Amino acid sequence: MRRKTSRLLRGIALLSTLALGATACGGSDDGSDQKAVSASDIQAALKKGGSVTVWAWEPTLKTVAADFEKKYPKVKINLVSERSGDKHYTALSNAISAEKGVPDVAQVEYFAVSQYSLTKGLTDLAPYGADKLASKYTPGPWNAVSEGKAVYGLPMDSGPMALFYNKTVFDKYKVAVPTTWDEYVDAARKLHKADPKVYIANDAGDAGFTTSMLWQAGSRPYKVDGTTVKIDFSDAGAKKYTDTWQKLIDEKLLAPINGWTDDWYKGLGDGTIATLATGAWMPANFVTGVPGAKGDWRAAPMPAWTKGDKASAENGGSSLALPALGKNKELAYAFVEYANSGAGVQTRVKQGAFPATTAELQSTEFQSTKFDYFGGQEANKIFADSAANVADDWSYLPFQQYANSIFNDTVGKAYVSGTKLADGLKAWQDASVKYGEEQGFTVEK
Amino acid sequence: MTTLQPPAAAEPRPAPPPARRDRRSWTGWGFIGPFVAVFALVFLAPIAYSIYLSLFRDQLIGGTTFVGVDNYTQALKDDQFWAALGRVSLFLAVQVPIMLGIALLVALVLDSGRLYGKSFFRITIFLPYAVPAVVATLMWGFMYGTKYGLVGDINEAFGVSLPDPLSPDLVLASIGNIVTWEFVGYNMLIFYSALRVIPHSLYEAAEIDGAGQIRVITAIKLPAIRGALVIATIFSIIGSFQLFNEPNILRPLARNAITTDYTPNYYTYSLSFNGQQHNYSATVAIIMGVITMVIAYVVQLRGMRKGA
Amino acid sequence: MSSPLTTDSPATPAKTSSPARNAPRLRGPRRHTPGKPRRSLLLTVLTSLVVLYTVVPLIWLAINATKTQAGLADSNGLWFSSDFALWDNIRDTFTYDDGVFTRWLLNTLLYVVLGAGGATFLAILGGYALAKFDFPGKRGIFAVVIGAVAVPGTALAVPTFLMFSKMGLTDTPWAVIIPSLVSPFGLYLMWVFASEAIPTELLEAARIDGAGEARTFFTVALPLLAPGIVTVLLFTTVATWNNYFLPLIMLKDSDWYPLTLGLSVWNSQAETIGGDVIFNLVITGSLLTILPLIAAFLLLQKYWQSGLAAGSVKE
Repeated sequence: MRRKTSRLLRGIALLSTLALGATACGGSDDGSDQKAVSASDIQAALKKGGSVTVWAWEPTLKTVAADFEKKYPKVKINLVSERSGDKHYTALSNAISAEKGVPDVAQVEYFAVSQYSLTKGLTDLAPYGADKLASKYTPGPWNAVSEGKAVYGLPMDSGPMALFYNKTVFDKYKVAVPTTWDEYVDAARKLHKADPKVYIANDAGDAGFTTSMLWQAGSRPYKVDGTTVKIDFSDAGAKKYTDTWQKLIDEKLLAPINGWTDDWYKGLGDGTIATLATGAWMPANFVTGVPGAKGDWRAAPMPAWTKGDKASAENGGSSLALPALGKNKELAYAFVEYANSGAGVQTRVKQGAFPATTAELQSTEFQSTKFDYFGGQEANKIFADSAANVADDWSYLPFQQYANSIFNDTVGKAYVSGTKLADGLKAWQDASVKYGEEQGFTVEK
Repeated sequence: MTTLQPPAAAEPRPAPPPARRDRRSWTGWGFIGPFVAVFALVFLAPIAYSIYLSLFRDQLIGGTTFVGVDNYTQALKDDQFWAALGRVSLFLAVQVPIMLGIALLVALVLDSGRLYGKSFFRITIFLPYAVPAVVATLMWGFMYGTKYGLVGDINEAFGVSLPDPLSPDLVLASIGNIVTWEFVGYNMLIFYSALRVIPHSLYEAAEIDGAGQIRVITAIKLPAIRGALVIATIFSIIGSFQLFNEPNILRPLARNAITTDYTPNYYTYSLSFNGQQHNYSATVAIIMGVITMVIAYVVQLRGMRKGA
Repeated sequence: MSSPLTTDSPATPAKTSSPARNAPRLRGPRRHTPGKPRRSLLLTVLTSLVVLYTVVPLIWLAINATKTQAGLADSNGLWFSSDFALWDNIRDTFTYDDGVFTRWLLNTLLYVVLGAGGATFLAILGGYALAKFDFPGKRGIFAVVIGAVAVPGTALAVPTFLMFSKMGLTDTPWAVIIPSLVSPFGLYLMWVFASEAIPTELLEAARIDGAGEARTFFTVALPLLAPGIVTVLLFTTVATWNNYFLPLIMLKDSDWYPLTLGLSVWNSQAETIGGDVIFNLVITGSLLTILPLIAAFLLLQKYWQSGLAAGSVKE
């Protein structure tokens, strides 16, 4: 190091320190000491008008925003439609760190809500009256957005799981559609034997899918109480899942195709992938992503772990939340309420979104909708039934986004080498524990 | 920051023509000032800020604390970091010689004038450089597919079963192939241009001596373009150590093979963007920067001195 | 990030070791070894293999741009599907989502004109200064530039974002343009090029005639640098045109996206619940994105190669 240069650097470092200050994570606005905001306050704000910036990738919000602006002409909804997933949270976290450019409303997936609420990144909506909406939503989503009395977002959609299957393939090889996971393994063997190109499913390791499967199997690997967490993938439910899934992996009955890729859409289209256990939002993706297989696919209830058991789980889905550093909170709340609890829900359902509100799920109109893509099947009946049977005591880690990001580093080994799935989960557990401790959580062993 | 010097200092060359051509004054700053100002804003300030950040630790629970050099000692003991560094070193040792070798051969062939349709070859081989890494990786991702891609088609057509290019054992080679594809033409052009300015008189002398083609290459052409070879090597070293785009874009197709700590640069990215560990990420980046500089410097010194 | 364009190293600014070898002669066409070399079929065939390697992925892109979303799923990647939808795809690319592709194209052009243009200008000024002036701190500049370039950029993204955010630059075109203004490789090329192409005597003559430094630069130096400028401009244009990571961090509003970012958004729609899957438009859009660059290469290759030649390192 040359002395001159390093002195210069120190100078710059000092300057930037002064200019930037410390960049603590999260806002300082606690939200818990807020006063209640009455309905008339919100009405007054709507009359006065203003603008609301919304960061969301949900495509149906476009129409909802337009309708809302028509209804309240003085309010401008600035919908910033964007990419889903990691990049979205990166941008949100960056904006929160910078304490600048934070949106007034943000789409937050259920698994990520607690991460932001814990660091005081989100506004408690209970003082705005959100706590009174609890009964409107199905249990899974509501559990994800609420924490004690606090409510950190309103559920936008939900993903009660169902088994989508390619009826043409099952009919061709005269295999019965499985109703339990044991039957599922049998069906996998039969199909693959009948045609080595056919796989019961694709799975190359997917954190969201695995956690949903554990959820359905009765496993509760994450226990969270404030800043105390416990991570344990060795309960009975997890064992049920790993035993079954290990068979599929060992016998090479799963197509090694990653979800959401070009190959995946091809596999769904040409009969290579015979089933897909996923959230009830999937039909919309079938229609645009796999147009060629129209009429081949049907929906069925999730296979059960014990015959006759109806337990289901959620996969995917997101809420709309108000970041603590956002502005115009009355207007922002009014929009969120309109979109996720009011008239917006109908608009969105008509465009193919899958609701989280019981009223819509139970309505005759919704349940009797015939899906052309599924050969006229009234698939919503199955989905609504699944939604009602989701166990509501599941929780995600307050750092689930990070945990999910390292899923393939650890559990992924089980898909590409001799590592057992259970060992993979153990490695995932250890890595998550390590991170939790580094981040200051109390991790119970 | 560094003791790097333009190698001119190390060269046993006559000193530049004396003071007449130089005007030692601040006038030069009037010209280079704008560049330096923007450079300070977009490079130096973030680096300075990163050095500052690397002295702290920020936790989700508990906030920011000053930790001195703790992050550095942690990084030096971090297996994930060293594994990643080992991976890019292997990449460097294999991919860079192959890429530069092909580039050099093609450049020599083009320069020999023994090719039909020279300008067609020149421009076509250079074309991939114009393709954004995002698009390039998308295309190669298709080629690599064992089900629907080119590999799958070959397997089907010839009844063979080629190994999966995206499997953990082969994915590094597959990434190397993409990088080679992207930059072989670029390096070829650097070499080719250097070949084209070799003084005419040297060839005439060789001709008189009756030297053959091979002899002309080894005795005249290669020594003459040593500077270009060294520059290309240094670019490639920095490029290898900073490998990120290709594994990042390829990852959706090979999540289990390309881990989030696959390369040092990917590791800093994951630390920062998935784990919100900005402080530790900055530490790893600075260590990588120092290592890269040292190696680039050594290569440059040796390359420029050897036989000059 | 791994593009060598963003990286560089100090090299000998070629000193004119023999005064007789002046720059114009070097840039001029050089006849090869006396007597025309025989053309070799064998070498041509071997080189064709390299060409095959470089063009097969591009052919894949061109073929698949002719397919519909359904056709992409059903057909072999290296051959056409039954429906030829190239024109439809091009039309849809330009009309999808209220013609946002056109907006992205214009943004990219804006970034290229201001970013690559500005980067070239700063590199010319800086290279000229390094080549023709002696000033305090001169030797340190390039060393610092290299040192900075060696630090992985992904880790600097968040600090840069936070700084720009404080300055109110994020989510504006400036957040993309300002970082594009620095081209270390461009600076290096102009340094080498200016040392060779501008005879110091000419500058002295202009100064004796009473011309100021600015006037001397614009009237005497700049015209001599023209081939080098074309070279640097092409390299900075490619870098700006293909810029992806920084806009990704800096921009939220899709109205300011460049093409690369816009295409990745279209691509990720397939990963979104309820998203419209448009791989066909992603592929057609990618093809349309690289066509202008290829056209620029072909049109400018004459200038650009003579510039690169003179700018390359010699011993």
